[in-house]
Amino acid sequence: MSDIIHFHRVSKRYPGGNDALSEVSFTLGSGEMAFLTGHSGAGKSTLLKLTALIERPTRGQVVINGQNTAKVKRWGVPKFRRQIGMIFQNFSLLYDRTVFDNVALPLVIRGEDDKTIARRVRAALDTVGLLKKEKQHPIVLSGGEQQRVGIARAIVTKPPLILADEPTGNLDPALSAEIMDLFQRFNDVGVSLLIATHDIPLIERMPHRVINLAGGRLADPADLPKAEPA
Amino acid sequence: MGKYLQRHLQTALFSLGKLYRRPVATVLTATVIGITLALPAGLHLMMQNVNSVGYSWEGTLKASLFLNKSVDEAAGQALARRLQSEDGVANAQYISRAQALEEFKALSGFGQALDLLNDNPLPAVIVVQPRTTQTPEQIDSMMRKLSAIPEVEQAKLDQQWLDRLFAILSIVQRGVLIIALLLAVAVVLTVGNTIRLDIENRRDEIVIMKLVGASDAFVRRPFLYTGFWYGLLGAFVAFVFVTAAVILLAGPAAKLSGLYQSSFVLQGLGFSQTLLLFAVGVGLGWFGAFWTVARHLGSVVPR
Repeated sequence: MSDIIHFHRVSKRYPGGNDALSEVSFTLGSGEMAFLTGHSGAGKSTLLKLTALIERPTRGQVVINGQNTAKVKRWGVPKFRRQIGMIFQNFSLLYDRTVFDNVALPLVIRGEDDKTIARRVRAALDTVGLLKKEKQHPIVLSGGEQQRVGIARAIVTKPPLILADEPTGNLDPALSAEIMDLFQRFNDVGVSLLIATHDIPLIERMPHRVINLAGGRLADPADLPKAEPA
Repeated sequence: MGKYLQRHLQTALFSLGKLYRRPVATVLTATVIGITLALPAGLHLMMQNVNSVGYSWEGTLKASLFLNKSVDEAAGQALARRLQSEDGVANAQYISRAQALEEFKALSGFGQALDLLNDNPLPAVIVVQPRTTQTPEQIDSMMRKLSAIPEVEQAKLDQQWLDRLFAILSIVQRGVLIIALLLAVAVVLTVGNTIRLDIENRRDEIVIMKLVGASDAFVRRPFLYTGFWYGLLGAFVAFVFVTAAVILLAGPAAKLSGLYQSSFVLQGLGFSQTLLLFAVGVGLGWFGAFWTVARHLGSVVPR
């Protein structure tokens, strides 16, 4: 199995001398689903940003889907990003557009025709169970529904890789579990997923690898902060 | 290609929809642009009207060719006919020595006194009316040609006042050009500032679009169309203002030209000038947007 994400001794130092990541090496296999954990400030977000080319590594090599990111020029970034579906803690939806238009955005950017857009948006909304809400504006939806709009937008282009940054951070446990089930279903059809979260109880019940970051370095997953007894 | 055009049309309508949803702000901005465009357009129109007044006065402009005494009536009339067919000559009329004397007697009031003269002292004259479509330079060179004709002893054109008028007009014209350039900069800045605020307000939206893989061109496009619409609306406002001003001034202008027995009619914006006004409006709006977007969009990136 080839790797979809390959980090080789990657370090990231922000201006001001703050080392967000140090010498991080790991891979995510194609079709694999893994969790990225660690305390706030451990480097989870930085790792995701390096993967999506929102930031560039200070040292080391990041290879995504066989493509060395160091070779992607500034003008090549949009095209590079189109192979990644991104999901955010704050949903990052456009609140002046309907659910349909939000999900359609990545397809519009790619210049698809209206018929293809309508078909694929409806398929994505059907997958996340929001087909009946396509004409509504995101602001009238619940948090769980808004996140599912964000997920539909991420999967509408059928990307090989999905990155999720604290996707359940703003949701209650029941909704969080629903979202995780949704991710599991994408993984079942071969999509690779890297999900940053510090919701330990949620991931402990899922049979996936956990990549643990501490202070910008890879740490033993056994050192996971234990879930507080309920 | 059809898909590409369709996308552009959708973006254009999307931008127009954004403006439509903020009608007050849009109307205010369009009015500012409209006034800014109306000033140079109105000044230009005024210049053009003054120019046409100058040309219509030129119709009353006459050159007198005083012929040699040796030229007899038949030769003089032949010369007048020849001049009549010249380029740049609207009319050439032969006035014989006898006719000139009659006219002079009638107009000068020396009638009786002139009878005392044995000999008619007046030369025959060909009165030449230059065509009104010519520039002062062309009239000048025509006059030089006329005075070079052997039969002509002297050619006189009372054109000093006309020279002065055109000299003043050319200064004013340059002034209007300078004002127009300054106001064009003002339009670019107005649109630019509006778009800059728009970019600030839609910062999150731009970041999201970039995160899902939007190219710079894609992000830029709606802003360019916003500039396009501002320019178009501004040009429309300017057109309304200028046309209203022409309608308001038409009455007094007609009265004035009536007093001068002139056929002068105040001209409004013609078709090609209206087209130019809209083209300039749209061009400046688009440029203002492009310039602003180029400066500010690069700084709006995902963090």
